[in-house]
Amino acid sequence: MGIKPLLTKDFATENLKQLAVYEKTGGYTGFKKALEMQPDALVDLVKASGLRGRGGAGFPTGNKWSFLPKGMYPRYLVCNADESEPGCFKDRYLMENSPHQVLEGILIASYAIGCNLAFIYIRGEYLPQTEALEAAIDEARQAGYLGKNVLGKGYDLDVILHRGAGAYICGEETAMLTSLEGYRGEPRLKPPFPAVKGLYGKPTVVNNVETVCNLPHIVLNGADWFKAIGTPTGSGTRLWCMSGHVNRPGNYEMENGTPIRELIEEHGGGVWKNRKLKAFQPGGASMMVLLPEHLDVGLDFDAIAKAGSLAGAGAMVVMDETTCMVDAARRYVKFFEHESCGKCTPCREGTYWMANIFDRFEGGEAKVGDIDLLLDIGYNIDGRSFCPLGDASTWFPRSVIKFFRDEFQEHISEKGCPFKKSVQEAVA
Amino acid sequence: MPLAKPTVTQIQELAARYPSKQSAIIPALWAVQHEQGYVTDAAMSEIAQHLGLPPSLIEATASFYSMFLTRPEGRHDVVICVNAPCMLRGADEMAAYLERQLGVRDGATTSDGAITWHSTIECLGACGGAPMMQVDHRFEENLTPERIDAIIERLRTDPLPGPPHKGEGVEAPTPNKGEDVAQPKKPARPRARKN
Ligand SMILES: Cc1cc2nc3c(=O)[nH]c(=O)nc-3n(C[C@H](O)[C@H](O)[C@H](O)COP(=O)(O)O)c2cc1C
Ligand code: SF4
Ligand code: FES
Repeated sequence: MGIKPLLTKDFATENLKQLAVYEKTGGYTGFKKALEMQPDALVDLVKASGLRGRGGAGFPTGNKWSFLPKGMYPRYLVCNADESEPGCFKDRYLMENSPHQVLEGILIASYAIGCNLAFIYIRGEYLPQTEALEAAIDEARQAGYLGKNVLGKGYDLDVILHRGAGAYICGEETAMLTSLEGYRGEPRLKPPFPAVKGLYGKPTVVNNVETVCNLPHIVLNGADWFKAIGTPTGSGTRLWCMSGHVNRPGNYEMENGTPIRELIEEHGGGVWKNRKLKAFQPGGASMMVLLPEHLDVGLDFDAIAKAGSLAGAGAMVVMDETTCMVDAARRYVKFFEHESCGKCTPCREGTYWMANIFDRFEGGEAKVGDIDLLLDIGYNIDGRSFCPLGDASTWFPRSVIKFFRDEFQEHISEKGCPFKKSVQEAVA
Repeated sequence: MPLAKPTVTQIQELAARYPSKQSAIIPALWAVQHEQGYVTDAAMSEIAQHLGLPPSLIEATASFYSMFLTRPEGRHDVVICVNAPCMLRGADEMAAYLERQLGVRDGATTSDGAITWHSTIECLGACGGAPMMQVDHRFEENLTPERIDAIIERLRTDPLPGPPHKGEGVEAPTPNKGEDVAQPKKPARPRARKN
């Protein structure tokens, strides 16, 4: 348990971005080994490794691959590099430090599922990361890792790097495919799942950047090696993006199952300014708040779910005792209001009204019934929205009302935020 | 202003690259914004022509995505994130400081045409270095008032535009100079109803 660099182990190597340097650290040997295997054997290997998707839902990667209907071609792989969940900045870190590792993962996944054209959908704001990947793709093409007859093995593969343009919803896999087809990025109904009817109506696998980065290591070292790291239902490591009130924010690659306490107190250097921990939030904006009593929970999909939140995309937002929980929830709600794609009514209207009510709390105009009104609206969004964005917009605010209802009450009785120090005062 | 030749070529190449030419819409919009600094109706009609698609389709797509600009902005583009993880580390204070130093409101361009700035609730993916700004698509992290001053100074004295309108040999678009009017922020996505 603890810090365990697998994906990040060579990140201190200078010029790791360059193909020659990446190869010196063992880069592309995983792909070469994969090319010697039968694609089906690769799928079985990844299944046996227990690798689960790092994009948020934690779905077993090998299983997802095996859902592709037999004999239906072409097939597509889309690498999800849209990372926009507030609190997350790990895919960016992987892409800018080792773009070839991302690419190698994509090559392995493509070969395993029998895809000849793969896509990377990267968020529009990540320009330096786009440039890093672009350069890596060019180098890989020249070295024969990409193109016709890859490494003389009779396998053809091309990769298209596709830049988004500022829409969080395009991280949702079906919205991503719609966006990639050139339309407004609205989600589609599931089923049919992308594995059956995805990009251009063809069988498609969507995998997160961190997920594919695991593949070269699994192929090289085997399923048993990977399974021995982490927990029985959560093999491997994850990058945790720590932010907020800690002394040392940043990315930490931790073995799954390591207690949250170790991440925050040891590696993050504890809560800043010698203050006390009030709450933290794993998973990103969507996920429920947890309390100091949950510090001994393991960094693991299942353990965090059992504690009442979700590991999501691996964020760890730390909040000290001076944090206004109402304001934190207000920001997230405004984010979801801004990012709601507008397709379905519960989410489009519900996030708008939640944001309005939160503004009333902030502005000192909230009325006694407003707390229950928020809960009521949340209840009417969750489970009634077209896609998980709507549902998730209610999870953090509702969990904050559950644990910190008195702070909402204080905003009503004190006609404004009891925590707020004036912004002018702070910068004067 | 008709599209420059290299942009047209690029759009045609894009159309051939994807299994469906419609997939080239977003990359084509990027190519146009890269050349001209923003995307006009005329440019969208040209994209439509080159892709052989109806202009309404290009407009429908373009209006969904918040990064496509519809009007000229300053030479440099400054965005400060105020979502919760950044808020925890003082993003509001930095946004207020930035506003005071630039002397123009959120969404506006400084009178010398150098900088357009706005705050955003979209996390930009740099919460570990909060408070942060995105300056011409590069992250500036761990902001302090002193660092903000230095960045502003650099941008004001840099005569060349930065991305997304960085095109080689392309002139800086001229924003409405001297106006301290907050340009209405484009809503992220047009909504069915908003009261
Ligand atoms: C609103 C929303 C936003 C999402 N954003 C992302 C994202 O930015 N990156 C990502 O990899 N997955 C994101 N996902 C999850 C994807 O839909 C999908 O499950 C994932 O990319 C699958 O890859 P994985 O199996 O490797 O995790 C999002 C899901 C939802 C509902
Ligand atoms: S839940 Fe929100 S984001 Fe999802 S389809 Fe409905 S409006 Fe769009
Ligand atoms: S919340 Fe500001 S960069 Fe993530």
